[in-house]
Amino acid sequence: MASERVKFTFPPDLVNTPVIYNMGKEFGVATNIRRANLSHDRGWVILEVVGTSEAIEKSLAWAKEQGVRIEPATAETP
Amino acid sequence: MTTTIQPPISPPAGVGRIRGLQCRECGQMYPAEARHVCDMCFGPLEVAYDYDVVRASVSRESIAAGPRTLWRYRALLPIEGDRVVDTHAGFTPLVRAHNLGQTLGLHNLWVKNDTVNPTFSFKDRPVSIASTRALELGFDVLSCASTGNLAGSVAAHAAKAGLRACIFIPSDLEEAKILGASLYEPTIFAVDGNYDDVNRLSSEIADLYPWAFVNINLRPYYSEGSKTLAFEVAEQLGWRRPDAVVVPIASGSMFTKIHKGFGELDKVGLVDDARTPRMIGAQAEGCSPVVQAARAGTYDVQPVRPNTIAKSLAIGNPADGYYALKIVEQTGGALEAVDDDEIVDGIRLLARTEGIFAETAGGVTIGVLKKLVAAGKIDADEVVVAYITGNGFKTMDAVAGQVTLPLHVAPTLASFQAAFHPGDRGGQRGA
Repeated sequence: MASERVKFTFPPDLVNTPVIYNMGKEFGVATNIRRANLSHDRGWVILEVVGTSEAIEKSLAWAKEQGVRIEPATAETP
Repeated sequence: MTTTIQPPISPPAGVGRIRGLQCRECGQMYPAEARHVCDMCFGPLEVAYDYDVVRASVSRESIAAGPRTLWRYRALLPIEGDRVVDTHAGFTPLVRAHNLGQTLGLHNLWVKNDTVNPTFSFKDRPVSIASTRALELGFDVLSCASTGNLAGSVAAHAAKAGLRACIFIPSDLEEAKILGASLYEPTIFAVDGNYDDVNRLSSEIADLYPWAFVNINLRPYYSEGSKTLAFEVAEQLGWRRPDAVVVPIASGSMFTKIHKGFGELDKVGLVDDARTPRMIGAQAEGCSPVVQAARAGTYDVQPVRPNTIAKSLAIGNPADGYYALKIVEQTGGALEAVDDDEIVDGIRLLARTEGIFAETAGGVTIGVLKKLVAAGKIDADEVVVAYITGNGFKTMDAVAGQVTLPLHVAPTLASFQAAFHPGDRGGQRGA
């Protein structure tokens, strides 16, 4: 098993959609939310996605297609 | 990027001056080792000190008796052993900028001239700390993802420390910066992509190779070096903090650490007044995600694709952008951006008034300073410090075509007198 730490940022039209739940159900990955900040019209979630490397890759590509902005959970300092 | 899941570690019971690493978000403690992300909430880690211990071991006198380098502030830095990687970084001049102040309408303007560090940028400060910590933690390879200035600094410090250097840069970096770093004989990987791509690759490599990436797994130590920019300014002003500082923002790390540094001076009793300087952040308009967030009235920093001549500030997804916004709000500071023409004007203005040749980030600082004074957001009598963080020789391309070329004359007095007109500065603008 592998895991990836990512930050999901949701645009206003996706805030009420269960993207993380659907992603887990569709691709068989476990999602573990570590930190989040949500309001009625925007929000971000930092989570760990656990599964096979292939499932993680496909699930993140799918979430991106839905309109979620995906970044590594830990941006670095130049 | 994927990583193998590791079992959780037990939090340490930190004692002594350095208590360990602490998550900035959830407060979880970790040992003072090579790690930068909280296992619990994935928040950034930073060094936690016991300030009572620090306070008991440091004074204005003990600092004054120290070396004329950043190591004079060792009691406030995350170093445990005796051996330091000393390239004589830091303790750079704080210049009273009478001419520039007069031009802008400021009566108490100072320029922190960090162009004169060993590799000509402020990066020598954090890298001095990170390379020293790399030795303490037993690493053989010093590495980094860089927009240019860091590459040279890491290469130089690795040479001094006897470490191998492996450096990752965007392939479109200015030639002067690549040449400057190459001379120290590191292994340089020029990556096809922007800084954020380079950074992603470096993070994957850091997961697989036992290398000390100064700005990834050693970031908590590395970033502490920028605090010395605050310590020095306060000491050079007679242990007084300025009213306002203007600082360029790339990732926001330096900005937040300068703020932390000013705060620590108060915590350990080195300054008397409780006033915190107003923190003013400067970005290039072509890469201004933090300024854009401020303009939109949000703390949600949206990543941007950089398009600016200020390549050392070209971080589209600034790790500390959120924290920079918070600090600006807390201190009553400001955020502003300038375009490429204003950056070049800023470089030239600083050069012709104070004799300091800054790289493009310095042009951003001066451009923003000028803009905010004109907008009435900086008072004429405030004690203001502008941080100039890199040398202009690193970004010569930015001013090519913008400077006055020599007057060509024959070796005769007549030719000289024909060419020279009092009041003129010189000949044509360079092509």
